[in-house]
Amino acid sequence: MGMLSAFANPHRFLALSSWLAPLFYTVGGALIAWGVWQGLWVVPKDDYQGGDIMRVMFIHVPAAWLAMASYSAMAAASFIWFIWRHELADIAAKAIAPLGATWTALCLATGSIWGKPTWGTWWQWDDARMMSVLFLFFLFLGYMALRAAMDSRQKAARAGAILAMVGALNVPLIKFSVDMFTSLHQDASVITADGPKMAAVYLWPLMMSGLGHSLLFGALVMTLMRAEIWTRRAARQRARLLAGA
Amino acid sequence: MSPKPILSAFRQALSESWAGGAGALLPLGFFAGAAVLVPLGIGTEPGMLRAVGPGILWVSLALSSLVTLERIFQADVEDGALDLWLQAGAPVSAIAAAKTFAHWLTAGLPLALMSPVLALMFQAEAGIGLLTGPLIYGLGGLAFFFWGGVGAALSATVRRGGLLIALIALPLYVPTAIFGSMAMRGAALGDTAPLLLAASTLFALAAAPFAMAAALRLAAD
Repeated sequence: MGMLSAFANPHRFLALSSWLAPLFYTVGGALIAWGVWQGLWVVPKDDYQGGDIMRVMFIHVPAAWLAMASYSAMAAASFIWFIWRHELADIAAKAIAPLGATWTALCLATGSIWGKPTWGTWWQWDDARMMSVLFLFFLFLGYMALRAAMDSRQKAARAGAILAMVGALNVPLIKFSVDMFTSLHQDASVITADGPKMAAVYLWPLMMSGLGHSLLFGALVMTLMRAEIWTRRAARQRARLLAGA
Repeated sequence: MSPKPILSAFRQALSESWAGGAGALLPLGFFAGAAVLVPLGIGTEPGMLRAVGPGILWVSLALSSLVTLERIFQADVEDGALDLWLQAGAPVSAIAAAKTFAHWLTAGLPLALMSPVLALMFQAEAGIGLLTGPLIYGLGGLAFFFWGGVGAALSATVRRGGLLIALIALPLYVPTAIFGSMAMRGAALGDTAPLLLAASTLFALAAAPFAMAAALRLAAD
């Protein structure tokens, strides 16, 4: 807890993020640029994965990774806020939601674009990964809608934390049921196994691109958190001035 | 802890659902209406209706649970009942569970019992499947109502929270919808689908009351 409390201090966060965010923007942007350059011009195309369209992988896979990681991070931040009431944890959860939803949508869009030439369809109901990511997207939307509907910041934080934890509790079950649903129609799916078998020529740009997206994500979260901290301070300041007048 | 507030909340929820005009018949009407719209929309070819029938009933059941859940906790917030429970130290999670269960009894179970009639209209074969249908729709409906109850409790202070409940509950309905329609189709998994449905319903019964209680404490503030 000692370490967590140290990070929970908004002053320390503002000081840390004032140089960490620009660093993440720079390094993350450079890595993404390198990954995209490698992906588009350097690596050979893989006809087994649909030819040139497989180059979308260098955006798609990092987006999928961030979709899952961001929901986990949001649920973890919600849990920390719910138990210890560190304001910064709520600020983090609030900042992660729209960004997580954006990367999740990016994952769905790029997956769909990749699916059209390879599977012959924009949307494959029999693909467990597409379905799981779609429901993750809905979890993000529900979280943001609930927060927006609450009439005070404190209530938004509490309701959001409860929902994020309920969602996280259900994610394994949703994943399991979707896997089961799609395994019924195995013949219809033309999914090719990738992953560990992937050649090093693809793996490096992919990993660097994944790291770049993660850093960019982290930088954006920090920027949104900084904005939120200053917004809350301004609101407090205004309340103080009004009370004094 | 005395069971009295739990029982009174349960009884009150039962009587409330009969009050106000059509009472428990209203969800039935909605369920039937939603299901009957489908053949008008997609056509009346018997083979197709037989294929989509069970799924349509699941969707109609999910929609019925969502539209009827909107008010389940709002009245308790508005008339102060919630504050009284909290002041008296009553177990809010048990009260929420009792209320949701009562709600399922009046707005969920009747739909499950009516499902064979609608299944026949969707060209289902008359047979043993018609008898297991109510059991499966009943089980699945219970999970729908409990997860929907979490959405209802979270949006108890939100005016016009209905759409919000739907958005919150939709991803939570996924396992039930999947296991439920697999059980109805007697799909390749044979007998495991009803068991998985029962397991996910038990999970909802175990987890949802605590989330509802946390949300109701928030609504009382």
